[in-house]
Amino acid sequence: MTANLVARSGSGSAARPAGSPVLSVKDLHVTFGSEAGDVRAVRGVSYDLHPGQVLGIVGESGSGKSVSAMAVLGLLPDNARVTGSVELEGRELLGLSDREMSKVRGKDIAMVFQDPLSALTPVFTVGDQIVEALTVHRRLSKDAARERALELLDVVGIPDPRRRFKNFPHEFSGGMRQRVMIAMAIANDPKVILCDEPTTALDVTIQAQILEALKSAQELTGAAILMITHDLGVVAGFADRVSVMYAGRPVETGAVDEIYYRPRMPYTIGLLGSIPRLGTAGHGRRPLTPIEGTPPSMVDLPDACPFVARCPIAVSACQAAEPELLPAGPDSHPSACHRRADLESGTIPIDEVYPLPVIPETSLDAVPRAERQPVLEVKDLSKHFPLLRGAVFKRRVGTVKAVDGISFEIREGETLGLVGESGCGKTTTLMEILDLVAPQAGSIAVFGREAANLSGRERMEMRKDIQIVFQDPMASLDPRMPVGDAIAEPLRTHGWSADRAAARVSELLKLVGLEPYHAARFPREFSGGQRQRICVARALALSPKVVILDEPVSALDVSIQAGVINLLDELRAKLGLSYLFVAHDLSVVRHIADRVAVMYLGRIVEIGDVASVFHAPSHPYTQALLSAIPLPDPRRERERSRILLPGDLPSPANVPSGCRFRDRCFKYASLNEAERVKCRDEDPTIVARPGEADHATACHFAAALEVV
Amino acid sequence: MTIQLIDDGHTPETVGGGPVASTAAGRARLVWRRFRRNKLAVAGLAGLVLLFLFAFFGPSLTHWKAGDNDFLNTQTGPGSDHFFGTDDAGHDMFAQTVSGMRKSLNIGLLVAALSTGAAGILGTAAAYFGGWWDKAIVWLTDLFLVVPSLLMLIILSPYFQGANWIVLIPMIALFNWMITSRVVRGMTLTVREREFVRAARYMGVPAWTIIRRHILPNISSILIVDYTLNVGAAIVTESFLSFLGFGIRTPDVSLGTVINDGSTFAGTDQWYLFAFPASFLVLIILCVNFIGDGLRDALDPNSTGVSAR
Repeated sequence: MTANLVARSGSGSAARPAGSPVLSVKDLHVTFGSEAGDVRAVRGVSYDLHPGQVLGIVGESGSGKSVSAMAVLGLLPDNARVTGSVELEGRELLGLSDREMSKVRGKDIAMVFQDPLSALTPVFTVGDQIVEALTVHRRLSKDAARERALELLDVVGIPDPRRRFKNFPHEFSGGMRQRVMIAMAIANDPKVILCDEPTTALDVTIQAQILEALKSAQELTGAAILMITHDLGVVAGFADRVSVMYAGRPVETGAVDEIYYRPRMPYTIGLLGSIPRLGTAGHGRRPLTPIEGTPPSMVDLPDACPFVARCPIAVSACQAAEPELLPAGPDSHPSACHRRADLESGTIPIDEVYPLPVIPETSLDAVPRAERQPVLEVKDLSKHFPLLRGAVFKRRVGTVKAVDGISFEIREGETLGLVGESGCGKTTTLMEILDLVAPQAGSIAVFGREAANLSGRERMEMRKDIQIVFQDPMASLDPRMPVGDAIAEPLRTHGWSADRAAARVSELLKLVGLEPYHAARFPREFSGGQRQRICVARALALSPKVVILDEPVSALDVSIQAGVINLLDELRAKLGLSYLFVAHDLSVVRHIADRVAVMYLGRIVEIGDVASVFHAPSHPYTQALLSAIPLPDPRRERERSRILLPGDLPSPANVPSGCRFRDRCFKYASLNEAERVKCRDEDPTIVARPGEADHATACHFAAALEVV
Repeated sequence: MTIQLIDDGHTPETVGGGPVASTAAGRARLVWRRFRRNKLAVAGLAGLVLLFLFAFFGPSLTHWKAGDNDFLNTQTGPGSDHFFGTDDAGHDMFAQTVSGMRKSLNIGLLVAALSTGAAGILGTAAAYFGGWWDKAIVWLTDLFLVVPSLLMLIILSPYFQGANWIVLIPMIALFNWMITSRVVRGMTLTVREREFVRAARYMGVPAWTIIRRHILPNISSILIVDYTLNVGAAIVTESFLSFLGFGIRTPDVSLGTVINDGSTFAGTDQWYLFAFPASFLVLIILCVNFIGDGLRDALDPNSTGVSAR
């Protein structure tokens, strides 16, 4: 069925550049005019892309990685000035008219965008959109185009393409939509596929599926892929070559192993050191090395290394001139650093470029868990939403079981990581806890006091003890309120006088690494990491005992993320806090949490201390989740085999009978009929693993499996 | 657009030498400081104050009263006795304009305050509390929307015959708040779902405080624009009612009635009958608009015009 998709012989062995490059970018510059002056978003990007090769472009937000890709496609707005050269198989693309570029876009160069919902037109069916992508570039009969569209849907792994062909984008899940985008991208056998953060908006198990789909799409078409991402893990297993961008320029390029194992630029070293890692056994509390400061403004960049202000090994030469992209030694890859020779020769050991921050220990760490006070106890918590139909008279047609009986407890000075994909009920759980009222079923207790029995005044008192930090620091700060007022708000609400509150605000700002005079600024004057620090300060204002962290770092860049994680770690130790840390990123949880609970479809399927859950995960879902995480380590990434889960998370309105994971369970598939009956009919309860102190699983056939 | 991040170490927003900025009056003081940086807004504020002073102390500048007829000098141009001239009945236009302005300023500013205030309170309350509150308020809004307001005013006015002209203020406001209220409700529905409102709720901040502290500032742009437009609209509505004989009656005058009487002379050699009162109306509305613009920018941290740099 897929035979005629192979336009050119797609050779899988892609790493060797053979012959002439398919896409050659030389000295690309992009400048935007703005009121503040010219913003030099891209300052000299060059690369060659050979057929079948995958080039990863890694950088943080604002590094110019997306803009350089848009410039290749000629999709930048009119106020952008683009210079340099972009050659597609020897043909110059810069300076082509929009009409001529339209013939190239989608045919020779295809694009996969980050947000598949806004990249698809909501009013046309998915099938029609693929047919359009096909017929716009070549003459095809209606039937032929339809046949080919079905074929493409099949290739990218959409089950039952004939039925799905007629669906609209909103009827697809995020992962499915991204598959459709890939189908459209490969529809005309492009020579180059540009992927702009194709998996950033997706859950980790879906990300693994999409990367797999991209890989097979590439093998079929033999196209070269330009993969733009901020995630060093995604690139490690996927790319052949990597280019690290900073302040509009590539600062280091080379084969993927070179970059990961022999970095020669402090920025790359910092990025690699700031990622929390899954695999590093015994390093549970090894602090991350954050890169201090923020990237420079792209207006009026001086002739100096743009990284100099954040670099721990800067010398006077770094201030004097911007370093060229040159190899550090005869057998090294190009990097843009004045001290590359020292890094190459080992005068400066790579591990010691960044000083390791010291995270204080708390006295509580020495106390065994069983002797500590429980601060938050949740028992059999359920939250069901009625599903209503009808315009005038609402009738109940179903129930969304968002949270369906979960129990956990957090003890003093402890961090519990609550992990799960979107839609598993994490957020609902948090909201139920924070409402501090009697839940629909089950109980919530803070310091042994039932939330259900509280009077209004007691509930108000209890709010002092339990506070929250939200995911998006921009959304959770009132844009029209100076940050000093925002931090003082909980204090004023709980009756502090203005003077006392002002003093406390200064103290809190210092505690989170900001300055007291920042109090009179609006949130927009701060960077993302600083805003999240402000949110932490606000949460800590009333000296709570429990802080609920709802994905506190997932909206931040990697290098900033590390600083916030270290801060949270430090505050926990200093103030004896307990955290409920909700995240979808297991590596972050591995780094910060003492215990972890894995949620699936409103239930906790596995809970235990971090070491046992991560080393011997015994629920198939945990195993799949762990194996789906890309490691920032190319060699291990190549050796790993992934457990790919089929399909998407089922809707919580339609929970399967028996074990709710069985539809997607690889273990269920390998069971015999007698055993399957048990999974189908019996809802597994969560039971302690025999022989392990703190580890419980809800699976009939639980068995440990090392996957990381 | 570039955002200047704050690690440059200099502190433009701090007061005096003390590094601890006051957080108590934090926002109010910050907004006032940002407002003062807008020259036009300060000019507008000063202008409005001057107009008020003029409206209340202007009568002492001349010995003529608004109702007086100077039959010896009808239809004279501006001069030393009659600053703004007289009309065909010998009314002193200066006295008429000043006394009309006193009423119109009050009517314009108060009607706008009442109707925008009602729209703000009802709109935010409906959206924030939801449920039955929402249903009741939306129902009330729609009821007022379908009733033709001018007809209602005309029907109601006999009951207030002989009453003080102050009654006009709530009457006009009563039929002027509905559309803004619906817009405000819509905007509140989106602001309400933002995380900073949730964060405030989980801190235990009372509902009305959340509305006042978080929701109203974030929808303030629409309310300010609405207020400035309402000032002009109220003055015009009042003069229209007067024209129909339901508002202010002779010998009482308002800016609206004076302009109305003079409007037929606009293009003639008795231009001063129209030009003087009309330019005062323009001045009022201009000042209010400048103040509104300045306030909007001062409240909006994204506006670049007033940030200290």
